[in-house]
Amino acid sequence: MSFNYVEILKLVIPEAIVVITALAVLAFNFVAKGSAERISAALSCLGCVLAIIWISIAPKHGNLLDGMLVVDPLTQFMKQVLLGLTSFTAIISIQTRFTQHIGEYFALLLLASAGMMFLVSSENLLMIFVSLELISLSLYVMVAFKKECVQSAEAALKYFLFGGMSAAFTLFGLSLIYGLSGEINLSAIAAKLNGQTADPLFLVALVMTLIGFGFKIAAVPFHLWAPDAYQGAPTPTASFIAAGSKVASFFILAKILLLGFSGAEGSGAWRNFSSGWIPVIATMAALSMVLGNLAAISQSSVKRLLAYSAIAHGGYALVAITANHPNAVGSLLYYVITYAVTVLGAFAVVAVVEHNAGGDQLSDFAGLSQRAPLLSACMMVFMLSLAGIPPLSGFFGKFYVFADALRYGARDLGLLWLVILAIGTSAISLYYYLQVLKQVYVAKSSATGPLDIAMPVQAAIVILALAVVILGCLPNLLVGKLLALIELGLL
Amino acid sequence: MLTWTIYISFIGAAAIALLPSSRPQMARILALLAAAAGLALGLLGMVQHAPGEDISTLTKLDWIPNLGISFYFAADGISLVLVLLTGIAAVCGILFSWNIEHRAKEFFAFYLALIGGVYGVFLSFDLFLLFVFYEIAIIPKYFLIAIWGSTNREYGAMKLALYSFIGSAMVLVGLIATYVVAGANTFDLLELAKFPFPETFQYWAFPLVFVGFAILAGLWPFHTWAPTGHVAAPTAASMLLAGVVMKLGAYGALRVAMTLFPLGLDAWRNVIAVLAVIGIVYGALVALVQKDFKFVIGYSSVSHMGFVLLGMMTLSQIGLSGAVLQMFSHGIIASLLFAVVGRMVYDRAHTRELSALEGMRLSKALPFAAVTFVIGSVASMGLPGFSGFIAELQVIVGAWQTFPLLAIFAGVGIVIGIAYSLRVLMKSFFGEPAEAGSNLSSSGNKTGDAGDSIPPITIPEKIGAAILIGTTVAVGLYPRLLLDVIMPSLNSPLMQPLWKGGQP
Repeated sequence: MSFNYVEILKLVIPEAIVVITALAVLAFNFVAKGSAERISAALSCLGCVLAIIWISIAPKHGNLLDGMLVVDPLTQFMKQVLLGLTSFTAIISIQTRFTQHIGEYFALLLLASAGMMFLVSSENLLMIFVSLELISLSLYVMVAFKKECVQSAEAALKYFLFGGMSAAFTLFGLSLIYGLSGEINLSAIAAKLNGQTADPLFLVALVMTLIGFGFKIAAVPFHLWAPDAYQGAPTPTASFIAAGSKVASFFILAKILLLGFSGAEGSGAWRNFSSGWIPVIATMAALSMVLGNLAAISQSSVKRLLAYSAIAHGGYALVAITANHPNAVGSLLYYVITYAVTVLGAFAVVAVVEHNAGGDQLSDFAGLSQRAPLLSACMMVFMLSLAGIPPLSGFFGKFYVFADALRYGARDLGLLWLVILAIGTSAISLYYYLQVLKQVYVAKSSATGPLDIAMPVQAAIVILALAVVILGCLPNLLVGKLLALIELGLL
Repeated sequence: MLTWTIYISFIGAAAIALLPSSRPQMARILALLAAAAGLALGLLGMVQHAPGEDISTLTKLDWIPNLGISFYFAADGISLVLVLLTGIAAVCGILFSWNIEHRAKEFFAFYLALIGGVYGVFLSFDLFLLFVFYEIAIIPKYFLIAIWGSTNREYGAMKLALYSFIGSAMVLVGLIATYVVAGANTFDLLELAKFPFPETFQYWAFPLVFVGFAILAGLWPFHTWAPTGHVAAPTAASMLLAGVVMKLGAYGALRVAMTLFPLGLDAWRNVIAVLAVIGIVYGALVALVQKDFKFVIGYSSVSHMGFVLLGMMTLSQIGLSGAVLQMFSHGIIASLLFAVVGRMVYDRAHTRELSALEGMRLSKALPFAAVTFVIGSVASMGLPGFSGFIAELQVIVGAWQTFPLLAIFAGVGIVIGIAYSLRVLMKSFFGEPAEAGSNLSSSGNKTGDAGDSIPPITIPEKIGAAILIGTTVAVGLYPRLLLDVIMPSLNSPLMQPLWKGGQP
């Protein structure tokens, strides 16, 4: 096999821009004196924006090296989304003073997002694993960044141990698949495996792979690291795990299952289970929705609450995968992208409150509406969107996902049990989101006076809130685009 | 034009939210203007509605074409009547909350957002759109009660929000399933009503959607949010809750569950009729023994809403038109009663305990409130000349043809209604101080010379009361005002499945 390095370089220019920016941020921090958060964040954003612009003005297409690098409109769009999420994460990082070594933090952030970009544009087991590791290793360090804080170290260790184990599972599963099929390209695997899906070895491989990804997306019962990691990590890191990392992981999970394991889906219809990946995913979804929502009710730390809510939302997103249809992937992506935008905003508000009140307990939010009306209004948008109140994007995400699960999932409303469970648990979830809003709007605060909010952070939060509203009122903007891209690319 | 009721309310809410909080008076006036504009448009729509016309389309625009969702607003007689009710209740609610000083701007912003959602539900003929507005209405209710409420407000508010949300979750399941089963890629109610859904599907979809909506209509045994919510809410919010929001539930049950699933309705009709009558009798009995003035009205709402549900289950022209009329009538009367209790009495006496009110001789101190409450109670009892009479009469006549036994129990409910109305009337306004000489020692209440310390009834309150009383009397004396609008819409294409019992 012969290939052209220049060709590869041309295709990975966006990734290269991000990596070079990471190095530039590091270099800048060697020479900079004093606090350099703002400039580092600005540099990071600049890098991301340059990469976004590059993607949109120089659209490239190609499939190199047996699916190691697949550049098509859909993956390019996903990269733009991820870059956007990264730049917002960078902006909300400027106010949280958790470290002296801010340059390294931003460099790791950019490296993680480079990993995500590689992840979404690969259809090759090896490349998928390597990109996953690049993301994970960066995130472990980012979680541990609050060095003076014990919880941060504990969270990082927990995250690292679980993550390492999940990587081992993934690798084991992937190697079995390679052993069975002799291929590492997803479509080739599906072609080779076709017809021997009842092979016990294949089922072991399937379950191992799903366990690995279950850790990654914090689906029950592989979620144990999530609450501690979210709570202990610096807030911007937590938001990045919840937003960027989730989008990338769900995208690649859907790709592996729909492309690589097509023909091995089985069925998750009520009283009609048959072995394959759908019943596994459906079970994980059901458990995540129930446990995530119930556990969130009793949390007093907002970051922990958001962690359990993230587990629950992971469950809703998995419902879209059980539909096993390209159009449902469109709904899945709409769901995870809008979720990422929403949760990023919510964490940004938490970061501001933490900065001012010193904690993320529910009581630290008391009376926020009197001190920062705009911020509170944005928080209301984020919380209600997470709860799934129309016309915000969270509602449409759920609606698309549930409708697709019923439409494409199985014949005769076979997945109705899953949809009923999902809608029922989402009704429960309103309770704890309202608990947050109750503190913000109803409770009286002991402190008065306006909050200290940096201008860029405030602007970022308002933009995110507007995005949640606009993507909700006009969901076709995003869904239409995603469906069109999927028709061009995937499957 | 009628769709502007929705837009004006939301624009008003946004405008008020953007006002500086130092200008409460401006917020009040803006809110009143927005609500009055809504009322005027509602009246105009009523006048313009050609006699005999069934459904008039207002707006139809694509919203989410790949799911077949559109901005389809239309109005038939039922929606027109309820839009008018919403307008009246909204204006009066603002008049009765003129004295709110605490975070006034936010209060009126949430209030108008709630009104906008309610208008939206009544005018949507796209199932999805209807659901969106139905859910939009949940959140402002929570904040109105939790921030400005009284007794147990956080509990009442959360209970109300969760009941509503669970109800709407049931509706959502039914809605998605309906969409998928119909497979026509549309949410247009008129289109969906034509689709013959499979019988087995209707058997479970009907109770799911019907109860999902009827939770908000106070269907026994899912009514428990209503008394606590009404009691906890600030006056204007209780007026809207009892006056309009409970009708959202009944309206949704009629418009969606009954028209889409006639076979399911047929199977479950008796069960729901029995539940409705239990609600009538139970609500009345519980109201009879309450110690808190506002709880009496709260439970009476459950009882009166039972008539609406019973009327719907009769499936006869007279019963259904009675049900719609009862929605309107109860909306007006309950608003009036809550206004008296919450604003005229509680804001002045600072207690709603009937035993405490008994010693205050409020009829002397607040003659206007006393007269208003007498009129309200009499209307609520269902005396001829008021709207409640004609509505409940129609329901019972309709029920007599289909469920004679239940009609008798409903009649018993009316009798108990007279008993609790008279009891509360005597205790609240016309009580005699226990021992005439020992006023000062009686638990520190400023009795006896209450007239000096109790501020008089203000002008906005008088206007509000006059509007409400005028409406109930006008409809009571000349019910054809509304019936002429309601009747044609009962024969519209949308309602055809009901009369045909699901046979195409």
